[in-house]
Amino acid sequence: MTDSAAPIKFFEKKERVFPKRVWGKYRKIKWAVMIATLGIYYLAPFLRWDRGPHAPDQAILIDMPARRAYFFFIDIWPQEVYYLTGILILSAVALFFVTSLFGRVWCGYACPQTVWTDLFVWVERIVQGDRAARMRLKKAPWSFDKLWKMTATHSLWLVIGLLTGGAWVFYFNDAPTLLEQILHLDVPVGVLSWIVALTVSTYVMAGFAREQVCMYMCPYSRFQSAMFDKDTLIITYDEDRGEPRGKHKKGESWDDRGHCIDCTACVQVCPTGIDIREGLQMECIACGLCVDACNNIMDKLELPHGLIRYDTTNNIEDRREGVPEKSIHTHILRPRTFWYTAIMMVVGGVMLFGLMNRAPLELHVLHDRNPLFVQLSDGTIRNGYNVNVLNKTYEDRTYRLRVEGVEGATLRVQGAGAVDADALHIFADKVGHFRVFVTAPKQNVPREDIIFTVEEVATGGGEEAAASETYTSIFVSRQP
Amino acid sequence: MSENHNEIDQHTGVETTGHEWDGIKELNNPAPRWWLIILLLTIIWSIGYWVVYPAWPTLSGDGERGGTAGTFGWTQYDQLKESQAEIVARKAAYMERFEGASFDEIKADPSLYAFAVAGGKSAFGDNCATCHGTGGQGAAGYPNLNDDDWLWGGDVTAIHETILYGIRSPHDYTRLSEMPAFADMLSDEEVEQITDYVLHFTTDATYTPEGQQAYVDNCAICHGDDGLGMRDFGAPNLADAIWFYGSDKGDIMSQIRRPKHGVMPAWEARLDANTIRQLAIYVHSLGGGEE
Repeated sequence: MTDSAAPIKFFEKKERVFPKRVWGKYRKIKWAVMIATLGIYYLAPFLRWDRGPHAPDQAILIDMPARRAYFFFIDIWPQEVYYLTGILILSAVALFFVTSLFGRVWCGYACPQTVWTDLFVWVERIVQGDRAARMRLKKAPWSFDKLWKMTATHSLWLVIGLLTGGAWVFYFNDAPTLLEQILHLDVPVGVLSWIVALTVSTYVMAGFAREQVCMYMCPYSRFQSAMFDKDTLIITYDEDRGEPRGKHKKGESWDDRGHCIDCTACVQVCPTGIDIREGLQMECIACGLCVDACNNIMDKLELPHGLIRYDTTNNIEDRREGVPEKSIHTHILRPRTFWYTAIMMVVGGVMLFGLMNRAPLELHVLHDRNPLFVQLSDGTIRNGYNVNVLNKTYEDRTYRLRVEGVEGATLRVQGAGAVDADALHIFADKVGHFRVFVTAPKQNVPREDIIFTVEEVATGGGEEAAASETYTSIFVSRQP
Repeated sequence: MSENHNEIDQHTGVETTGHEWDGIKELNNPAPRWWLIILLLTIIWSIGYWVVYPAWPTLSGDGERGGTAGTFGWTQYDQLKESQAEIVARKAAYMERFEGASFDEIKADPSLYAFAVAGGKSAFGDNCATCHGTGGQGAAGYPNLNDDDWLWGGDVTAIHETILYGIRSPHDYTRLSEMPAFADMLSDEEVEQITDYVLHFTTDATYTPEGQQAYVDNCAICHGDDGLGMRDFGAPNLADAIWFYGSDKGDIMSQIRRPKHGVMPAWEARLDANTIRQLAIYVHSLGGGEE
């Protein structure tokens, strides 16, 4: 920029990035991660997990209408949604942990935005050719060749988007049934709208928005820099070795000049269109493709790898100060990695403990507020309760309800037909709601604790210990 | 803006806007253009809402609404009617079975019973809670419907009849009882003696033979020799722990001298037959219902 009086620009035209094809170690890892993550995403809903006749047999399923979430042997009821909180805490801290050690590798390898963008760029390259061809095609006037290539690219993108949206809804419905419905073009409207929404958003995000998502939308990409320190692995350009850069002819001496030949291979392969030689930048997603590109060039020049590489700021400074290469190593054990690990272990431990001790039976008792108590004609006092018994097993069960703690208390379950407190039937995976009246002589204190116990009535077999749960409520005898 | 607004900041290498406060210059990091375009598109999109939905108030008024109606003709009132129709349709499935079923059949069928209790609870809140309280707990002069003391009978049929025809209501079939005002017939001393005798049913109060005799002569015909009351006349049980107008000696004396007589309206003409049947089942379900 000069100080000519050009009008100031508050909005910037997006420069389209045409990443060039690259080979190498990190590209291979990216392919492997892409295949693994997309494979899991598309195939996981079709895994089966037998839970008996009263529950779905899909290994991973979020059943909204029935208010249940299934994950293999784990089954979550709505009131256990705190497990989701635990998963979110674990995910966040795991991201912090990985970021403090290895920088933004999540962004570079595993983030859905990166994975789908990578896939879309691959489609682009297969149809339109590599970077130079794609740039030419963009500038070229409309012709039959351009038309079919564009049509093919966008059609393939839409197909991938459709598969993506389609796979998403399988997590919320029985996958084989839904697949059959989709094949017969008989899809429920709600499902269809999700498929359309995710198809369009995949198409727009991976086809057009791409690195703009990382730069302008994603909060994680911004706050991950707060997790960085001088021991964090980042993509570095070895300035001391590379500069002064310049063109190099075969056979020329490398004395008095840097190893960077200014070929811009690192810039051409960058999916976010930056020049890593300018140092660490907000746009860098640490995918390592520039490392691959530069190493390939170094091979041709018969120079050592690592002009651009994953390294830490501390190592660069050590090298600059002449610390011997051998004694340079990454510091993994640091206070922040320790604390992140500790938090993950505590949260993971609490969740594991919760899951392992998850009762197959739950009892909730709600004492009536209005009226608090009822005076009966014979002078005794009656209290009303709403009792919920949760049968979390996958079998129909029978339970017995008792009360303790109040002198002379008797219990009656009110309901249609003859309801017996000793034989409360609750269907598999369901909640039994019971209206319960407890009658007792007038007590000496206005209010005292009453303990409800529900226990499973053994039906035959008796191989497992009968489950039981207690709940402490109150019994009110008079106004305090 | 100054002349050299394309100045480059020395530290960041970023162009400044030329705005400066106390030596601090604002950097210009332009937002992407597509961001602006999306903002403009949302503004254009919002204009669509003005067209299709009610949006602008008008001075003259468009019909009764006093505003632009929108091309969709959508109103919140229509939406409410739709939801209500949905509920009615959902209820209809039960209502048909409910209508044809006897009280005994309903009490034996869990889904019908739950339907009746839920419907009754809602109707109770709208119509009965004013006097009997939201939990049916009553108040002085308004009976508690949770307990097991019933003036006119506590099975579903009796409760149903009470709701239908009311108590001391203008309805032909109304439940009717009237305790005479004994202040006109008995002396204060006699009233007190009777009160002592009444109290002895439930407490360790002492009474005189005169009091017992006066009770037998004046009260026993309705309330019974043992004070157990008589449902045919709606005469309360005096030998239980529940007192309609208070259990103090003073309360009882005042009730003998100048009895209060509560009135319950007949609901036959006010509510439809099914609602009244639901109410009867709900009141019966409160805990004191008799078989």
